[in-house]
Amino acid sequence: MVGAHDQDGGTLAVRVRGLRKEFGDVVAVDGVDLDVRDGEFLTLLGPSGSGKTTVLRMIAGFELPTAGTVELGGVDVTRRAPFERDVNTVFQDYALFPHMSVLDNVAYGLRVRRVGRRERTQRALEALGSVQLGGFGARRPSQLSGGQRQRVALARALVNRPRVLLLDEPLGALDLKLREQMQVELKAIQRQVGITFVFVTHDQEEALTMSDRIAVFAGGRIEQVGTPADVYERPATPFVAGFVGTSNLLAGEAARQVVGRDGTWSVRPEKIRVEREDDGTGAAPDDRHGTRGTVREVVYVGSATRFVVDLDVGGTLVALQQNLQTSSMDVQGLRGARVRLTWRPEHEFRVADEASDPAVPVPDPVP
Amino acid sequence: MVTDTPVRVEEPAPLRRRLSAALFRHPRVRLVGLLTLPATWLVLVYLSALLSLLVTAFFTVDEFTGAVVRELTLDNVREVLTTPAYVGAAVRTVAIAATVTVLCVLLGFPMAFFMAKIAPPRSRNLLVALVVTPLWASYLVKVYAWQAMVQPETGLIAWLLTPFGLPGPGFGVTATVLTLTYLWLPYMVLPVYAGLERMPDSLLDASGDLGARPARTVRSVVVPLVWPSIVVGSVFTFSLSLGDYITVQIVGGRTQMIGNIVYQTYTSNLPFAAAIALIPVAIMVVYLALVRRTGALDTL
Repeated sequence: MVGAHDQDGGTLAVRVRGLRKEFGDVVAVDGVDLDVRDGEFLTLLGPSGSGKTTVLRMIAGFELPTAGTVELGGVDVTRRAPFERDVNTVFQDYALFPHMSVLDNVAYGLRVRRVGRRERTQRALEALGSVQLGGFGARRPSQLSGGQRQRVALARALVNRPRVLLLDEPLGALDLKLREQMQVELKAIQRQVGITFVFVTHDQEEALTMSDRIAVFAGGRIEQVGTPADVYERPATPFVAGFVGTSNLLAGEAARQVVGRDGTWSVRPEKIRVEREDDGTGAAPDDRHGTRGTVREVVYVGSATRFVVDLDVGGTLVALQQNLQTSSMDVQGLRGARVRLTWRPEHEFRVADEASDPAVPVPDPVP
Repeated sequence: MVTDTPVRVEEPAPLRRRLSAALFRHPRVRLVGLLTLPATWLVLVYLSALLSLLVTAFFTVDEFTGAVVRELTLDNVREVLTTPAYVGAAVRTVAIAATVTVLCVLLGFPMAFFMAKIAPPRSRNLLVALVVTPLWASYLVKVYAWQAMVQPETGLIAWLLTPFGLPGPGFGVTATVLTLTYLWLPYMVLPVYAGLERMPDSLLDASGDLGARPARTVRSVVVPLVWPSIVVGSVFTFSLSLGDYITVQIVGGRTQMIGNIVYQTYTSNLPFAAAIALIPVAIMVVYLALVRRTGALDTL
């Protein structure tokens, strides 16, 4: 079979076409097309129930699709069993075998593929070393912390040198500090081993920090595929604008007055400058768009402050200001104050109006 | 009457609450309350019966009056161990119990696996109820039902096998094994089901993901993880079969098991019956010691 290629001529590690999965009456995945390039770190991002994990499980072979195809390295594997696919998975609950030592866990894939004892021990030890667990081989999984188990799961998958590594919310159970540390480590390991990673998460910040590209899922479909900058700066749909960042939509009359054009527009909170109406020189400078409103809510988040402003033209915008000069006491006094919001026109972006089912909930991610 | 400072009157707490509060502060007293009744039962009823059996086995009987003579002797034990008929019955009993246990594992494991991992979660409680249902029927009724099943020529099994030119099992060891397997199967299914249900599904996925075929996954992941449950089930099926004497009387034909011999001798010679009854006790002690060496009981 001829290997599949993308437009740039690079080979595709994973090629998914028209993928659909029904569980009874529920359509979990509804026509997904996806290309994953060789060596790429691709994140499937979406709220729970958006179908991202089901797509991952169909690539791994744990679920058979209702319709559509899955190709790995140009070979159709749609009807193949998991043990016939050159992929390995890091599970959300790690799925370490509790009755085996850490070393036996890592060597399991090599053992069932009949790699000789000496070679598999050596490779398993190397894999454990690469995740900084060199001396832990003799322990049982139950004797490890959550972060350590996570690394064992990673080593157990990587030791098989799969074509693609699938990761199903692997950092979800870790606390924030450890999660941030593992994000950096995971990315470093991926760069080092050069294996294609397909990573599932509902955490937009995780997706933005780690990925080469992000596929945003909603309601069993892909809303947008792009680099983190694409997805964040130029979201294709209101859903993406809301899920990756804060939605901050200007529509209808508000759009006409503030932006000067029809349609639905958005500005990221950190691009908006907040000034009290009574200071400054009056009207907005010509090179900035702006509008006026009343501060409804002031949320102090340490390094920054979030202002929720009800606009005079209708609608609400959220603005994020770094606390460079101010402290909590100063900003709390702004609740109820009249303010002027301004931003540079190039930071406005239009979000497509027709897409996105209004029934899809738009969550409010933490800034 | 009006006072300047409101006085908070401390009402005496009701007796029940004070009692509960006192118990809360004295964990030892709580423990005594919890364990007095079961401990009394265990010592007076359970252990004393077992001990009297043990002691009686070393007594003897007056040949004329048939009364038990309380003189310690090893004669009974020696006779049991040197009479081929009794040794043969003991070996046969162990073989039957072991066969029943193996059959219960072979039938019960797939059933439990289906119930815990394949059947939709909504139907699991129903399936457990169905497995338990036979336990609500009387033991005797079920054994007599099996007598009808294995009846030579007229029995259901014989009737089903006739077109193939095969004889029915008739009464004997085969019928005994079949009936005992039927009787004790739920005691294997339930613990194995509980063990499998506790095992996360992701372990099965992980094993396949790492390249193991289903048979390998069963051998290297599933069986080791539910081994303690299988052992618990086997203790039930093995010990229940070991002590049975009614089934073998009804469907066993002339087959003799240890239980039969105890049943036949206890009126005429209680010490001798006690000595025979020590055989299954000894076998179970050995069995549990072997099980313990596999480490299966550590993870219960």
